[in-house]
Amino acid sequence: MIGFQAKRTFLLGVKSLWLHRLRSTLTVLGMILGVCSVIAMLAIGEGASHDAQEQMRQLGSTNIIIRSVKPPEDKTARQETSQVAQYGLTYDDVERITQTIPSVTVTVPARRVRKDVRNLSRTTDTFIVGTVPWFPRVMNRRVGEGRFLTGLDVRYKENVCVLEPHVALALFPFKDALGQAVKIGSDFYRVVGVMEALSTGKGGTSSARLDSDAGVYVPLSTFTAYLGEVLTTRSAGSYVRERIEINDAIVAVPAVEQVLDTATAVRATLERFHRKLDYEVIVPLEQLRAAEKVKRTYNIVLGSIAAISLLVGGVGIMNIMLASVTERTREIGIRRALGAKRRHIITQFLTETVLLSGFGGVVGVLIGVTIPWFVGRFAGMTTIVTLWSPLVAFSISVMVGVIFGIYPAQRAASMDPIEALRHE
Amino acid sequence: MAAIVRLNDIWKTYRMGDTDVHALRGVSIEIQEGEYVAIMGASGSGKSTMLNILGCLDRPTQGEYFLGGQNVAHLSDDELSFIRSSKIGFIFQSYNLIQQLTVVENIEIPLYYQGWSERDSLKRATELAQLVGLSHRLDHRPNELSGGQQQRVAIARALSNDPLIMLADEPTGNLDSATGQEILRMLDRLQTEGKTIIVVTHDENVAKHSQRIIRLADGMAVDERRMRP
Repeated sequence: MIGFQAKRTFLLGVKSLWLHRLRSTLTVLGMILGVCSVIAMLAIGEGASHDAQEQMRQLGSTNIIIRSVKPPEDKTARQETSQVAQYGLTYDDVERITQTIPSVTVTVPARRVRKDVRNLSRTTDTFIVGTVPWFPRVMNRRVGEGRFLTGLDVRYKENVCVLEPHVALALFPFKDALGQAVKIGSDFYRVVGVMEALSTGKGGTSSARLDSDAGVYVPLSTFTAYLGEVLTTRSAGSYVRERIEINDAIVAVPAVEQVLDTATAVRATLERFHRKLDYEVIVPLEQLRAAEKVKRTYNIVLGSIAAISLLVGGVGIMNIMLASVTERTREIGIRRALGAKRRHIITQFLTETVLLSGFGGVVGVLIGVTIPWFVGRFAGMTTIVTLWSPLVAFSISVMVGVIFGIYPAQRAASMDPIEALRHE
Repeated sequence: MAAIVRLNDIWKTYRMGDTDVHALRGVSIEIQEGEYVAIMGASGSGKSTMLNILGCLDRPTQGEYFLGGQNVAHLSDDELSFIRSSKIGFIFQSYNLIQQLTVVENIEIPLYYQGWSERDSLKRATELAQLVGLSHRLDHRPNELSGGQQQRVAIARALSNDPLIMLADEPTGNLDSATGQEILRMLDRLQTEGKTIIVVTHDENVAKHSQRIIRLADGMAVDERRMRP
C-alpha cells in the first residue's frame, strides 16, 4: 500500500531511528562516506578527462610534431674531429614529408634559439623562433595587433618580428610595441605584430607545444641568415657547437582519421634518412589515446572502490536493521495482533532503511561536492563535479537502502505474530 | 440475541516430529452479544490455542468459526489482519504496549492500521484515555506508568476500534489484587455498557466476574456453567 499514511509512516520511522541516535548516526556515516567517494571519484575522473581534452586542443589533434633531439652520444661521435656536432631535422626532411606524403596539407618548420632581446636598456631573455607565415593558422593562434610574418618577409629576409604579449610588455611597458625596433644579437628588427595571449587551461600548457616558451617570431630565412645554423653553448670551460637546420616542424593533416597513418609515414620517411635517432615524432592524438586508456582503467579502479564503499555502507545498514528487527520482535508481534498486515510491517522497516540511506545520501552529496574542490585546491588536480554525479550518487544510495532493507523487513513481516508476542 | 461467536467443531492439530498433537479436539461453543464469558483450564488444556483462534491470530485445522456472522476460519493472513484491526480488542497479561510510543499513540495503533486520519484517531484516542481515567497522562510513555495504568491504556486501545469482542488474556496476572480488582470492575462496567467480553484465565476470582465459564480440558470444552443470570 504505497502512500499508506505516508507522513505518519515517515514520522514513525524518524522516531524509531531517533531513539537510537548513535547507532543511526554511525550507520548513516557509512552511507555518507560511500556517497562522498562516488562523487569525488567521478569528479576526479571527469577532471582528468577534461585535462586530456584540453591538451589535445592545445596541441591540435590533426597535428604531428617532429622535433630535433640530441642523439645519445656514442663513441664514434666523440672521435669525430669536427667540433661541430650536426644532427636533427633538415630542410630536406621537411620538403620530403611535404612532397611525398599525400595526406600532409602543410608543414611548419621552425628554428629556435635562446637569446637576449633588447629595447634600449630593457632586456628580456627568451626564445627566438624562426618560422613561416602559416604558423598561426596551424597552431590555432591569433594575432592581437598588427600582422604576422608574410611570404615577402620570408623571401626578402626582412628584419621584422612578431612578439608574444609578455615580451611586448617587458620591452615596451609604456607604449605600443608596433613599429618599434628591438635588438636581437647585433641586429635590429622592426615589430610588425603582437600575438594574442595563449590561453592556458588549468592543466597547464603542454611542453610539447612549439610556442609554449617562445617570445619572438622572425622569418625563418632571416633567422638562418642572421643567427646562423650553428648554435654555440658554453659549458664548463668548453664550447659545444651544434649545427641544427630545423628544431621543430609541425605536420598538419586535414582530418583526425588520417593522423595515425600519416604519423607512420612520417616515421618511415625520417627513418630512411637518419642513421641516428636524432629526432622524435610526437603525435598528440596517440598521446591522448594512451592517456584515455590510462584514464579508463583509472576510472574503473576508482569506480570500483567507490562502489565497494557504498556496498559496505549498505551492509552496515542491513546489519543494523537485522539487529533492530530482532530487538523489536515484541513490537512487531503487538502490531500484528492489533491488525498490521505484513506489508505494513515491511513498509515500516523499509521506511527506516531508506531514511537512513537517503539521509546519508543527502549529507554525502553535500559533503561530496566540496571534496573535489579541496582536491583541486590542495592537490592541484582538475576536478569537475557534473550535475548528474550527485543525482547518480543519491539515487544509488537510496537504491542500496531499498536493496539492503528488503531482507530485514521481510524477516520482520514473516514472523509468526503468536511467537513474536511471546518473545521477551 | 444473535450469537456473536460461534465455534463449530474446531480442531487444532500441531505436528511434532512424527506425531500429531491435538490442541483442540472438536470444540463447539456459542457466545451471545453482550455476554461476559470466562474460558478456564489448566496449562496444556488448549487455552492458549483457543485464545489464538478466537483472536484470529491462528487458523483452526478443521471446523468453522463465525465471528459476527462471517466465517473467519480459513481467511488469508491479510484478511485476518483486517479482522483483528476492526473486530477484536486484545488485552494482554503483560499489557503489550509499545515502549517508544506515548499513551495516545499506543491507543491509536488499531486505528492507524484501519487507515483513520490523524485528526480523527487523535480525537478518539483522547476520548478513550479520558474514559479509562488517563487524560492527564496522554504524552507519557508506558515505562512512566504503573501496571494498573498500563493495563488501562491497553483497555483503551482494545476499545479504540469499537470491537465485536474483547479478548482478555489473564488481564490481572501481573497486577496486585487491589489493582486487579480495579481492572475487573472496569471490565464489568464495559459489559454493562453492552460489550462482549471473553476472559481467558486460570484464576477463579477473575472468572467469578463472568456470567458463564467454559472449562477446557484436553482440548475439549467439558463444562459450561452459568454464574450470573
